[in-house]
Amino acid sequence: MTAARSVFSAFVAEHRRRRTLVVQPRMGFSEPEAMRRGLRAVAGAGVPAVGTVTLDSYTRTGQHDLAAMSVQSGVPLNGFPLVALGPAVTAGLVADLPGFPVQVRHGSAQPEDIFAVMLEAGLDASEGGPVSYCLPYSSVPLRTAAKAWSRSASLLAGQADRGVDCHLESFGGCMLGQLCPPGLLVALSVLECLFFAEHGVRSVSASYAQQTSPEQDAEALWAMRRLCAEELAGVDHHLVLYTYMGLFPESAAGARELVAESVRLAVRTGTERLIVKTTAEAHRIPTVEENISALQLAHATALAEPAPAGPPGETEVYAQARLLVDEVRSLAPTLTEALPAAFERGLLDVPYCLHPDNGGETRCVLDDEGRLQWWHTGRMPLPPALGGRRGDDRVSATRLLADLSYHRRRLDPVLS
Amino acid sequence: MTTFQIEQTPDRPAVSAGPPLKFVLSSVESDSHMWNLVALQLIMEEMGHEVVNLGACVPVGRLLAACHDERPDCLVISTINGHGHVDGARVISALRSDAVLAGLPAVIGGKLGVHGDANSALEAELLALGYDAVFHVGAGDSGQAIESFREFVAANIRTLR
Repeated sequence: MTAARSVFSAFVAEHRRRRTLVVQPRMGFSEPEAMRRGLRAVAGAGVPAVGTVTLDSYTRTGQHDLAAMSVQSGVPLNGFPLVALGPAVTAGLVADLPGFPVQVRHGSAQPEDIFAVMLEAGLDASEGGPVSYCLPYSSVPLRTAAKAWSRSASLLAGQADRGVDCHLESFGGCMLGQLCPPGLLVALSVLECLFFAEHGVRSVSASYAQQTSPEQDAEALWAMRRLCAEELAGVDHHLVLYTYMGLFPESAAGARELVAESVRLAVRTGTERLIVKTTAEAHRIPTVEENISALQLAHATALAEPAPAGPPGETEVYAQARLLVDEVRSLAPTLTEALPAAFERGLLDVPYCLHPDNGGETRCVLDDEGRLQWWHTGRMPLPPALGGRRGDDRVSATRLLADLSYHRRRLDPVLS
Repeated sequence: MTTFQIEQTPDRPAVSAGPPLKFVLSSVESDSHMWNLVALQLIMEEMGHEVVNLGACVPVGRLLAACHDERPDCLVISTINGHGHVDGARVISALRSDAVLAGLPAVIGGKLGVHGDANSALEAELLALGYDAVFHVGAGDSGQAIESFREFVAANIRTLR
């Protein structure tokens, strides 16, 4: 049986054909009525946008009893408690929005129950991955997460039997949100897409989070596009960029500028979809109206940007990512085995990640031009010629804090 | 989900005001934010103290077990996902009803509710449940919480030890 294309990926493909950037909020409310109002507002914002249902932290960590208790006692959560509220309530969110693409965003290392309810509610797109939703967002062992994600990806792939092709996005390009060198981000994103494809998922997207250098970020997005083209033959795929995920400017003007920079980066690299932040980001969970303004600003900025320039030639980002992808795949016949093995051996090691299964030997810093550079590549197989480094000194708190607040120092006005 | 909210004045002398202390540093079970923990560990180490960093998403049981094993001078909870007043309350209630850990100094800091402004009711509630100090990070004053924490450690260094 030929499955219908995912509503989500069909929408992105149509806008790729028209060369318009698809924009998406990071929206999640615990109250179904607020969530429904948010989705309607996005659908009616007059811009090419897909909807988002972001789940709350209790649902993300499988504590559905706590989520249900909070709902019953009226305590606001930081997202939509999809499992506690169940498929009927979830389906009701989009009942009057036929054909409107919605992605469920969750952050779970073990998402089987989330996917089951999501599918029952008729939603066909989600995101995450065995590494990207385990190491930063849980203390679940990586092998446990890899097995859970195997079952979860297979569950989505199996929907093809009833005529639905689900879409799954890798969150691998966003590890810890900031201060992860692009070569590792690109490799993780592509590896997770390959993991999804290995389980039969036929529509995927590879993510990358805006970092601190527009030139380096552009190289990363081109490197990711090239690697996806080389590795994902026969799998529908697109790229998604996230507006900076780290310490966000506190001023409205600074926040708007950083969002605009992410839009320009997306358009000039031909990136199909952008997850947009709002001006409230540094302070609290944004309102529906703040989300809509951000989407409209992003769309207007995208329209004013010229068509994409061509890809650069060979770059260090591509060379690092290519090497890491090849090394990891050579470890085992499947990525379900190879990904945890790679972290055990320190072949993959995310800087500053405190998860027990991460090596924790690697560090990185910003250079004078704002480019992310390795400070220490630990046991990762990166030779000096490809940017590998084994620095002796530790990175000081002052340097780390300065690097973490790079955009804030650059874009927030100095108060006198 | 990965923003963090700690800043300090750069170039501030990172000198310990007394003997080194041992801290267990952790987030709460539902909170995946990590940069606040990474930065706090470095700041505390540069203050001259030892830090056992348990990381993000730590279940209450594991947190208590680590405190039993490590016997720290103080437990520091840092959380910014907005569920901190609920999860942080569960942590301190479990700690205060544990025969061995009932007297362990414990502090909590970060963004404790989902609304941006500092909320003195949440703060009072957490103090009443048994925290020794609460460092609530409101909109735009993230640097203040870390300063208050430094002052707390300096002022209580003898009693903590």
